[in-house]
Amino acid sequence: MSQAKRTSSGTPLVGVPAASAAERLADLLRRSARGDQAAFAELYDATQARVYGLAVRVVRDPAQAEEVTQEAFLEVWRTSSRFDADKGSALSWLMTICHRKSVDRVRSAEASTRRDTTYHQQNHTIDIDTTADAAQSSMEAQRVRKAMASLTDVQREALELAYFGGYTHTEVAGILELPVGTAKTRIRDGLIRLRDKMGVGS
Amino acid sequence: MSGDIHALSGAYVVDAVDDFERAQFERHLAGCADCQAEVDSLREGAALLAETVSQQAPPDLRDRVLSTIETVRPLPPLFADVTDRARAHRRRLPALVAAAAAFVVIGGVGATVWHPWEQPSSSGFSAAQLEQAADVQVLTQELDGGGAITVTRSPSLNSAFVSTHNMPRLQSGRTYQLWTIHDGVEVPAGLVDGDASKVLVEGDPGSAQGLAITIEKAGGVETPSTDRIVAAFDFTES
Repeated sequence: MSQAKRTSSGTPLVGVPAASAAERLADLLRRSARGDQAAFAELYDATQARVYGLAVRVVRDPAQAEEVTQEAFLEVWRTSSRFDADKGSALSWLMTICHRKSVDRVRSAEASTRRDTTYHQQNHTIDIDTTADAAQSSMEAQRVRKAMASLTDVQREALELAYFGGYTHTEVAGILELPVGTAKTRIRDGLIRLRDKMGVGS
Repeated sequence: MSGDIHALSGAYVVDAVDDFERAQFERHLAGCADCQAEVDSLREGAALLAETVSQQAPPDLRDRVLSTIETVRPLPPLFADVTDRARAHRRRLPALVAAAAAFVVIGGVGATVWHPWEQPSSSGFSAAQLEQAADVQVLTQELDGGGAITVTRSPSLNSAFVSTHNMPRLQSGRTYQLWTIHDGVEVPAGLVDGDASKVLVEGDPGSAQGLAITIEKAGGVETPSTDRIVAAFDFTES
């Protein structure tokens, strides 16, 4: 089976029509649910760069990001039967798990004051190039950046602080000096615009 | 208030909610088709954000991940299965559910709703004996809202206990309640305090086909709230 060979890039789906790439991931998940380890290995190769990259961005520590990545993939394997293609894509299901694990990690680490809480106060606009490698210059990433650029400043900042910073909407409101209760609206508005610009989720 | 809770959809999708808000929104989500559709569609957008920070994982991580999964079996799709069956049966057999509950109370098994494992169990078996039984069955489920539940059961001893790990704290006036499922009928099987480590499953776990855990009023109820099922185990699957 030609697809079983290890892919070297984190974005092997580039160049493949989006619909068939999404179907392929969904199929790999369904086969994983039946205990097919080769299918899971293929799923890992196709998504590891996104999962690890997100974990690094959120938890900021490569060693912890590796642990989070491992936990996330184990959860994906264990719960693969819960994936429901009627509710969304395999990629969004998988990234939801990864993001939750990353946020849980960064919040539980907060008690030990590992995280530099002043970081974002000095850097409202996140430089999205700091941690990423050349793979991120994929066409899809360019499209996402363009879509993000179409958000209002406050929508983008609120969404980035929540998604990449792991902050709650209440904390985001504090950081951006917004009235309590309005940050969640900005986050939602930003996500709606991102979704519509990218033409997904319909 | 309900307009307020709809507005949490975006924050929920990017995990920008605290545990209380998450529980509150998920309760709302269970009954709001609009929010379900919105959450699903917003998740598609949010997932794309990871494209911009994509970074190759260290090569040796692949081997570690793949060797870890070798030791773990994927969960069967039990949640929907047991839940749907229980629901279908209750609709068809309300009298039987009531009868089963009444029988348990009259029989005295359901009168004391929960025992910490440290107390003598009605079946007379200790946790250690159960764990060493030849037909012991150990099933674990992680909860969507965090935490995990493990059921250890021996059909031959007609005994089972439940261990919980980091269960989400419930608001006051609420409790977790266990139900054994017998031919699609849920029978009350005790209450679980969020912090309890080992709780005896009451009734006849040996002959049950499944076990469900719901969130109920403090003190427990006689009929489970099927919209508040936090976990369901199918004993017939393994």
